Amino acid sequence: MSKEWPLWEIFIRGSQGLNHRHVGSLHAPDAEMAIRNARDVYTRRKEGVSIWVVRSADITSSAPSEKGPMFDPAESKPYRHPSFYDIPDDVGHM
Amino acid sequence: MAGAADPRPGDPLFAPEHRDAAFDWLCGLGDGALILGHRLSEWCGKAPALEEDIALANVALDLIGHAEMWLALAGEVEGQGRSADDLAYLRDALRFRNPLLVELPNRDMAVTTMRQFLFDAWHLPMLHALSESASPRLAEIAAKARKEVAYHLERSQDLVIRLGDGTEESHARMQTALERLWPYAGELCQPAPGDAALVEAGLVPDMAAVSATWQEILDETLREATLERPEGRADVQNGGRKGRHSEHLGFLLAEMQFLQRAYPGAEW
Amino acid sequence: MYAQMVKSDPTEGEPTPEEQAFQARIDAGEKIEPKEWMPEGYRKTLIRQIGQHAHSEIVGQLPEGNWITRAPTLERKQILLAKVQDEAGHGLYLYSAAETLGVSRDELTEKLLSGAMKYSSIFNYPTLTWADMGAVGWLVDGAAIMNQVPLQRTSYGPYSRAMIRICKEESFHQRQGFAIMMKMAQGTPEQKEMAQDALDRFWGPALMMFGPSDKDSVHSAQSMRWKIKMNTNDELRQKFVDETVPQAEFLGLTVPDANLAWNEARGHYDFSEPDWEEFFEVLKGNGPCNQERLEARQTAWDEGAWFRDGLSAYAEKRAARRAGQATAAE
Repeated sequence: MSKEWPLWEIFIRGSQGLNHRHVGSLHAPDAEMAIRNARDVYTRRKEGVSIWVVRSADITSSAPSEKGPMFDPAESKPYRHPSFYDIPDDVGHM
Repeated sequence: MAGAADPRPGDPLFAPEHRDAAFDWLCGLGDGALILGHRLSEWCGKAPALEEDIALANVALDLIGHAEMWLALAGEVEGQGRSADDLAYLRDALRFRNPLLVELPNRDMAVTTMRQFLFDAWHLPMLHALSESASPRLAEIAAKARKEVAYHLERSQDLVIRLGDGTEESHARMQTALERLWPYAGELCQPAPGDAALVEAGLVPDMAAVSATWQEILDETLREATLERPEGRADVQNGGRKGRHSEHLGFLLAEMQFLQRAYPGAEW
Repeated sequence: MYAQMVKSDPTEGEPTPEEQAFQARIDAGEKIEPKEWMPEGYRKTLIRQIGQHAHSEIVGQLPEGNWITRAPTLERKQILLAKVQDEAGHGLYLYSAAETLGVSRDELTEKLLSGAMKYSSIFNYPTLTWADMGAVGWLVDGAAIMNQVPLQRTSYGPYSRAMIRICKEESFHQRQGFAIMMKMAQGTPEQKEMAQDALDRFWGPALMMFGPSDKDSVHSAQSMRWKIKMNTNDELRQKFVDETVPQAEFLGLTVPDANLAWNEARGHYDFSEPDWEEFFEVLKGNGPCNQERLEARQTAWDEGAWFRDGLSAYAEKRAARRAGQATAAE
């Protein structure tokens, strides 16, 4: 069996002003072809205005076992969320 | 506001003196897109990689969509009430006006890719010029199609370069494909006798100008692809615009038109 | 359903604390993501199921692909081509989901071609007339949707997200099939005959898509606990019959089952079991088109090798050239 084209993760900006969002993956021999393939595979229904491609092998992710230590501390900081603050209705929208 | 609702009164494309030549010219463009789109659709489910399968279908869909627009316009110009489907499904090979290049069988991906490149490198400058047509209807469709064709050329050109400069085998296959297709390639830029009046009226582009751009794209691409431009004449095989086709078109039409022919008048 | 008879690897003996915690997450409706701990059986079962589903999409391109070049109008040609292209896309999404479990698309392809992995039995039936394009969209996609809609909630994140995308894109597939059936059923006598014939041929095979009866289905329980199978085969089959029979009536076509009758007490249609002997023969490779389907995939794979390799070689050369230029510039 000959060598498989590497796997790429595809990120698409759905419309002006939005973040790129992960939509899926595909195979391509290099980044330029990955972009073209992404255009053909993931924007068949006019879903995007901009495409990012990243080799799957180049993504570093947080270890699943660190999920607790990485994300739980945020739970003890409710003051970061607007609903923490009671503002009288008379003040109006804030 | 009859002028806004019906563009014909102001559109020289519909002038009676141009009718026959314009119909013929539009069939040439529409049939070229239709037959090439049909050939590409034969790859569906059989391409070398899923990504390529999907990309080929996109190009096929674009081209069949263009064919629908060109043939519908041809039918309007003709004024006999024939629809795009009537023209696609109820004409015999003698009446088809596509260049021979597009009816040649797919064979392998080298022939398919090279044929696509030769066509796209002509198609884009042609539509570019056509989008400046004195006919608003022609210009409008050309401008719409041009955007899609720009992508077709970007893709096929890049593939020719990559496969030409890939492995020994891919290089050899691409060179063989080029030589095989070369005698058919020049027909793309050959005007038919009736075209002169249309060019004169500013309706359709002068093929000499399109040909110059086509040659430039070819030379530049083949050089980068490390492929040799064949020495023989590129316009030996021609006749599409006269309805003189290869053996292949008859089989293609027999398949494509089967249902309309076997069940005349049925709706699908 | 595109995944039939998927063998599941149940956990042996008493569940370990890890397995218990894993099951608790699934019971709580959490999604399992690629690099998280999972029982080996869960991973293997998923690879088999997602792989089979992906293979079904790819092989499923072929029976409909048959008619792209013979579609009767330019519009029908475009719709059919777009639909079959979507199937290639769906195969691609599913292979990608499987790849997150540590198997490559090439490995899965090799297993399909060697017969080590299966695809849905339905695609081993021929498409003989244009009405089959209607029947495949209406019945085959209809049956597939029954299975795919609940699978959007499956426990494995990448699989669930692939199913969500697929369901969104597939919404037009069944409708375009039914639209073809309507044209045919209301058309000329020859068209109506083709429509009835297509229903006659595809009814049984469509029922078989859900897999054997629950009483004979040995792999279901574990997969359902893991939420990689959301409903039993018989539940989905019944739902399919209940939804499809009125549609056939609307078309003025006759479902080929003498025992078909509304059962007031159950609130469901009673219907005959499909011919399971035929089903197992098709699975064994003895269906009408098994050989052609696999041959077509094998040819595409073999004859595409030089193309894939050529593009790989160019990419490597160019990367080397660019690296060379960068070094020279330093």
